[in-house]
This record gives sequence, C-alpha cells and structure tokens, in this order.
Amino acid sequence: MIVLVNYGLGNIRAFENIYKRLNIPVCVANNAAELMGAEKIILPGVGAFDGAMSMLQASGMRECLDDLVLNKMRPVLGICVGMQIMARRSDEGDMPGLGWIQANVQRLTDKYAFNKNLILPHMGWNDVYPANKTNLFKNIETPCFYFLHSYYFAPDDDENVLAKTDYNGDFASAVQAGHIFGVQFHPEKSHKWGMQLLKNFSEL
Amino acid sequence: MLRPRIIPCLLVKNGGLVKTVRFCQPKYVGDPINAVRIFNEKGVDELIVADIDATAHGIEPNYKVIANLAAECRMPLCYAGGVRSAEQVERIVSFGVEKVAMSSAAIERPELIAEAAKRVGNQSIVVVMDVKKTGLLRRYDLFTHNGNRPTGCNPVEFAKKAEALGAGEILVNSIDHDGVMKGYDLDLIDQVYNSVSIPISVVGGAGSLVDIENLIKRYGIIGAVAGSFFVFKGKYRAVLINYPDAEQKERMSAEVRNQSTEDRDKRAGKRG
Repeated sequence: MIVLVNYGLGNIRAFENIYKRLNIPVCVANNAAELMGAEKIILPGVGAFDGAMSMLQASGMRECLDDLVLNKMRPVLGICVGMQIMARRSDEGDMPGLGWIQANVQRLTDKYAFNKNLILPHMGWNDVYPANKTNLFKNIETPCFYFLHSYYFAPDDDENVLAKTDYNGDFASAVQAGHIFGVQFHPEKSHKWGMQLLKNFSEL
Repeated sequence: MLRPRIIPCLLVKNGGLVKTVRFCQPKYVGDPINAVRIFNEKGVDELIVADIDATAHGIEPNYKVIANLAAECRMPLCYAGGVRSAEQVERIVSFGVEKVAMSSAAIERPELIAEAAKRVGNQSIVVVMDVKKTGLLRRYDLFTHNGNRPTGCNPVEFAKKAEALGAGEILVNSIDHDGVMKGYDLDLIDQVYNSVSIPISVVGGAGSLVDIENLIKRYGIIGAVAGSFFVFKGKYRAVLINYPDAEQKERMSAEVRNQSTEDRDKRAGKRG
C-alpha cells in the first residue's frame, strides 16, 4: 500500500482525495509504527527547508524512513520541499537534508549569472519536459504542472534528472535515483496531469 | 513556458459564499465547497478564498472550513482573512494551503511578514493591499478592515517594504473597482508592478475575458484575479460560475514568454 507521510506539512488530504477518486488505496502514517509496513511512500511538503527537516525529525519517522528507503529500497516520491529535503543540504536553510540523492538545493537566481533579476518565487503553471525513459510521466500529454518555489534541486549527476522545466533557463523539475523520485511541482494541485502522475507512481 | 494565472476569488461570510460591490452589499451566492468542486472541473489555475468576517470582527480563521477547502481543491489555494500571527500562518499551511494572505496585520506590524516567511518560506506569503483613492488629490491609500479604515500608507512604498521583508507575492485589490466589472485599475497596477520583482496578482474590476486578456497583454506573467466575473453572468447578475476553458486560456496568454525584471522594464518603457 502507498503510505502518505504526515509529518505536519503538505496536502495529505488532497493526496487522499485524488487516490480515492482513482480507487487506489492509500493510508496515512503519523508515526513510525504506522509507516513501517509501507510498500510505497509519498513524502509531501509545502514550506521551507529547515521547517520541513525539523518537522520530520519531530515526527519520529526519520529513522524508519531512512530504513525503508535506503535498506528496504521502497519506492518513494518527494513533492516540492519533500523532494528538496532528499538532497544533502539547501541554501535556504542550515540543517542537513536526508542525503538520499547526491545533490544540493540552490536558489534559482544562482543558476545563471544573467538570472539575477529573475522574478521569484517561480509561481504558476509551467511545462515539464520528461526524459524519454520514464514511466512516471507516461500517458501525460503536454505535461504542465503547478510550481511554487524559489529554490531548485541540483543533482551532482545529470543522470538523476528525470524532467526539466524552463524558467529563464532549464532546471530539474523531476529527479530519480533508482527507486527514489522527486518532483518540484505539486501533482496534488495540478488537475488531470497531477492525477495521472500520481496514478503512474502507484503503478511503478 | 510559465503562464499567467487566471484566478477566481471567493468571498466567504458566515460559512457561505458571498459577492460584494465596492466591498459592500454582500450577497449569498452559494456553498464554497460546491464552488470548489465546479472550479476543479473547470481546471482553474489557482483559487483564492477570503473570509471577510475574520478580519473585520477580529476572530480566528475558521480552521475547519479551511482544511475542508484545502482537501477539496485540486488546484493551489490561497487563504485570506483574519491572519495575525506566524503561528496561524504555519497552521494554515499545515492543512495543505499553498499560500496565506495577510493584510491588516501586515500593515499594522510589517515584521509579521518576515516572521511568517521564516516559518513557511517566502513562496507561501501573500501580502494583500486593499487600495482606494482618497482626498482631494485622489491619492492611492491602503485600507484595512474590509475597506473601512484608511491607513495613510502609500501602496508602492508598502509593496517595496513587503518584498524586502520576504513576501512572495503581492495581491493588489482595487476597492474602487470591486464588483464594478468595468476593467482593472491599470494606473494603480502600473505603479505597483514596476516597483517590485516578486509575482503580482491583481483583483477588482474584471468584467469580461477581454479585460483579463488586456491585463495579460500589458503585463505578461501576472495573476488575473476576478470575483464577480466568475460567479455572476448577465444583466440580472444571476449566479452562474464561468471560467475560460483551456483553449481560451491558451489563446489569451499566447503572446506571453518568461519574463525577468529586464523584460518588465522593457515593457514599462514601451508603455511609457
């Protein structure tokens, strides 16, 4: 069963509603005991990096998550800041991240020198260009998702980039390292495109 | 390509959906959850829900209603009304609300913007400016408490301050144009738009898709917010929710490309 990690951040009920519409069973984990049996994991997130890390620590689910993802190799999908905390660290905060993917999180203005005047946050609906190989984006025609962020996930290895988005320059809007997936946009708030992506994750 | 956002704004009073004209004459138009369901089907870009009781009566936001709305929305949600502390902002974000808007409290105590941004990130902090022309010189002035209290604050100065303190978006609301449906207050929008480099949304006065299209042509990436236009139709102002379909939206934003502040300056230059 897919388990939604409820560490106090993010649209748990929005995910529940979408999976209910799709007739796909999910459950919500509020503590390590409820998380333990997860076959697939969704790590949602809205907010700032340090806020998300401290909430996750405080939830008591951090060790269990590490074990499920790193030892038991359960597929996981991180959303927005839930994706960003999978990196080693972020320019947005001081706390270390989960370090599941070799990556840093950086401010979008730092990506290109000519971007210093970029309007931030990157807010609204934008196109997502997936790499051909991925099933996460299957059956999604002209993928378009809702973004709301000022920082982006920069993997050390380009191999981990699953999809790109252009906001005065390309950045990784979706990443993958084996069974670990992350998307910068909000599939739970992206109408039919988001629903299909969440369906795809359930079928991976 | 990033697209401009076309955003319905729903006003809530006593748990029911209402519509106002120049911030007055609230008229019951339905149940907010039903409206959200219809907007889900219409594929709206974002939704703003403003509780017009909360600020005016100094009461806590209705967290139960907010949580229900957030769960129902398959599009991003911005909540406004009665938000006075960083703790409240954090709580509302924890329900899965993407953005929390502050107005009166942020004008009275601007540090609130910084405190809230530190808790939930800049991207989730919206500062709403309710603006009305006042005095013999018809200067723009910020108002609070549903347009009842003038503050003597200049909107451009306050927008800059809000940006510096960490606001992620400014929502400019023209009280003079509210519910009148004769077009946006472009003079006001020009002034604010050209003074900050965070996203801007505007509300007050949209009466047709042409008004929205003109706004997008003029500014490019902007949030075009409308209340009356999306919930009323026809000369009898009957209740009917309408919203442009995907094709109309594509057509309306066809000319728009990603923008930097430089592009904005260029646009401003062209206008000037």
